Amino acid sequence: MSIDPGRVRAVFRKELRQFRRNRAIVVTMGILPVLFLTGPMISIFSQTASSSSSTVRGVVASALLLMLIVPVILPAAISAYSVVGERDQGTLEPLLTTPVSRGELMLGKGSAAVLPAVAVTYVLYAAFVVAVRLWAAHAVFSDVWQAPQILVEVLFAPLLATWSVCVGMAISVRSADVRVAQQLSTLASLPPLGLALLITFRVIAPTVLSAVAIGLAFVLLDCLACWGAAMMLDRERLIVGRRAPRHERTRGA
Amino acid sequence: MPPPELGSRPPPWFVRRRYGVGYRPLAWQGWAIAGLLVAATIVALAVVHASTARIVIVLALVGVYTAVGWRLSGKRPDEPEDVEEAPGLAAREPVERTPEQVAAIAQLRAEASAPTPRRGPAGDDAIIVEGLTKRFGERVALGEVSFSVGWGEVFGFLGPNGAGKTTTVRTLGTLIAPTAGSAVVAGIPLTPDNAVAIRSRIAIMPEAPGLYPRLTVAENLEFFAALYGLADVGARIEQALATVNLVERADDPCGSLSKGLKQRVAIARALLSDPRVLFLDEPTSGLDPVASREVHELIAALRQRGVTIFLTTHRLEEAERMCDRVAILNTTLRTVGRPDELRERVFACSLAVTTVAPLEAPERVFAGVPGVDGWHPDGAGGYELTVSDPRAAAPALTRALVAAGADVVSIGERRHSLEDVYLELIDEDVEARRP
Repeated sequence: MSIDPGRVRAVFRKELRQFRRNRAIVVTMGILPVLFLTGPMISIFSQTASSSSSTVRGVVASALLLMLIVPVILPAAISAYSVVGERDQGTLEPLLTTPVSRGELMLGKGSAAVLPAVAVTYVLYAAFVVAVRLWAAHAVFSDVWQAPQILVEVLFAPLLATWSVCVGMAISVRSADVRVAQQLSTLASLPPLGLALLITFRVIAPTVLSAVAIGLAFVLLDCLACWGAAMMLDRERLIVGRRAPRHERTRGA
Repeated sequence: MPPPELGSRPPPWFVRRRYGVGYRPLAWQGWAIAGLLVAATIVALAVVHASTARIVIVLALVGVYTAVGWRLSGKRPDEPEDVEEAPGLAAREPVERTPEQVAAIAQLRAEASAPTPRRGPAGDDAIIVEGLTKRFGERVALGEVSFSVGWGEVFGFLGPNGAGKTTTVRTLGTLIAPTAGSAVVAGIPLTPDNAVAIRSRIAIMPEAPGLYPRLTVAENLEFFAALYGLADVGARIEQALATVNLVERADDPCGSLSKGLKQRVAIARALLSDPRVLFLDEPTSGLDPVASREVHELIAALRQRGVTIFLTTHRLEEAERMCDRVAILNTTLRTVGRPDELRERVFACSLAVTTVAPLEAPERVFAGVPGVDGWHPDGAGGYELTVSDPRAAAPALTRALVAAGADVVSIGERRHSLEDVYLELIDEDVEARRP
C-alpha cells in the first residue's frame, strides 16, 4: 500500500482546521489538562521537607499518572468523531470517492489527533517539572527528576495516544452515533494505562530498561490496533455498514 | 498576472474573545508572543522572591499582553458577515478587483463554457457494464444489469426509490464491490487494483453536497484538490468556482450557504479534477425551481465541454430534457434508449379524436378507416385510436368522421411523455409482483 504524503498532509491540515474552528474541542483540550495539572500541584506543594519518602512517592506517582491520562483521553474523543462525524455531516461519501487510500486517511486523521494531544502533554509535563523545581520541596523534585520517570512520560505519551486514536477510529467506523462512539472509545483507550501504572507506582522498578520494555509492549499493542483500524476502514463497510464477502472484494472497490 | 489565490487572507495575530474579556492569539505570531510572555512570567517568578514584586511583575506582563493583543487584533478570516443568513449573490456587495483579476475571471469563465473535443479512445465507450449484480445478504440490490455509455454522452438513470440507482453509482465509483458481473469505467476495467486509477478519472457528486461546514468554500475545494494531487490549485479552484458562478463566495464558510449554493459548490468540487466521467446522483433533489434550472444549465455547459455525465434522477422531465439516452431500472434494467425511441417502443402510435357530441355508432365509423387497428372511448366525445401510421390515417379518419355527420373538434397525434413510459414499465413490475 503506497502512501502519498501530500494526501496525508491534506487530511491532517483539514482536520486541524476543523478542530481550530470548533470551540468545544479547543476548550476541552485546554481545560482538561489544566485540571489535570492543578490537582497534583496542590498535593505536591502541600508536601514539606519532613514528609515521608513513601508519601512523596505516592503523590508524585499519582501526578505522573494523571499526566499520562491526558494523551489517552484527549485524542480518544477526537478520533471517535473522525469517521462517524464525517458520516453524520454527509462528507464521508465525497471523501471516499477521491483517490485517497485507507492508509492515507488513517495517517492523516490519526496524526491530527495524536500530535496536538502529545504536544499538550509535553507542555503540561514541562510546566509541571518547572513548577516542581521552583516551588516544591527538594525531595519531591528529586523524585520527579529521574531518567526513568522522564523516559516514561516522554516515551509513553505518543504511544498511549496512538493506541487511543486507533481504538477510537475503529469504534468510530462501527458506530452510528457520535456520543456512543466517544464514550466507548474513552473506555476502550484506558486499559493500556494499567501498564503505565505498574511503572509509575513502582510495582515494576522504574529503570530505563523497564521503561523501554513497557514501551516496546505499547509499540506492539499500537501496531495491532493500527492494523485492526486500517482493516475496518473499508470503503464498503463505511458506506453501507458492512464489509463485502471475501469473494466479492476481488471484483472491485 | 496569475489569478488571485483564494482563501489566503492572512489571519490577524490576535482576536477578541467571543466569551469573556481580552484577546486570544490566532496566528502563530500571536502564539509566539503569548509563549514568550508566559516564559517571561515563569522566569520572573523564579528569579524574584519578593511577593509584592512578583504581583507587580505578573500584572505588568498581563498588561503588556492585553496591550499587544488590542494593538494587533483583527477579524478572523473565516468570520462571515452574517453566518445564519448569508445574502444571495445579487444582494452582495461587489468585491473590489483589479482589472487584471476581472480579465482573468472572464477568461476562465469563457474557457469553462467553451466546447472542447470529446475525450477517450474513439470507438470505445466511457462506461461498459456487463451483468452487474450486487447482493446485500439475501437482498438483491442490482440484478444482471448491462448497458454502455458513450464518451461525451449524458446518460439518465431512472428508477423508483430502492431501484438500485445509487448502488450502481457506488459500484461503478469503486465504493462497493459487485457480487457478479464486470464493468469498464472511464476506459479502465473495474478491479480492486484499478480502483485508485478509476477514482482519479471520475468524480461523483452524491445526493447530499457533503461539504465541511466550518471550512470556507475555497478551503473545501483546496482539500479535495490536494486529495486528487492537482497542481496549480489556486487557478483550478478559481476556474471551478467561475464555472458555477461562485468566485465571490470563495471565502464564505460552507455552513452559511443555502442548499442551492451548496449544490453548486459540490458541482465545483466534482469539476476540480477535470473528470472524464461525472456521476451526478439526484443533483436537483430538494432544490427550488430556480436552483434546479441553474443545475440544468451547468449540466448543459458540461455536455458542451464533452464531459460524460451519468445522471440519476427521479425527475422525468429533467431526464427527458437533459439526457441523450436513459435507462429505467427497477433492480433489473427495464429498458435503455433515447427518450423518443422508448416512447415508440412502449406505446403504439395513436390518434386522439374529440367530437362535440358522442358518435352514434363509433365502431362503424372507425372500422372503415384504413390503418386504424383499434379504438377505445376516452371521455365524453373523446376517442383514442391505435394506428400504424398517424400521418396516413388522420386524413382518412377526418373524411370518415365528416361523412358520418360528426362535428369534429380536434384530431391529433397523441404524444406520450417519458413519464408515461416510466409509469408503464414500473406499473408492469408492480403488477407482476402482486400475488
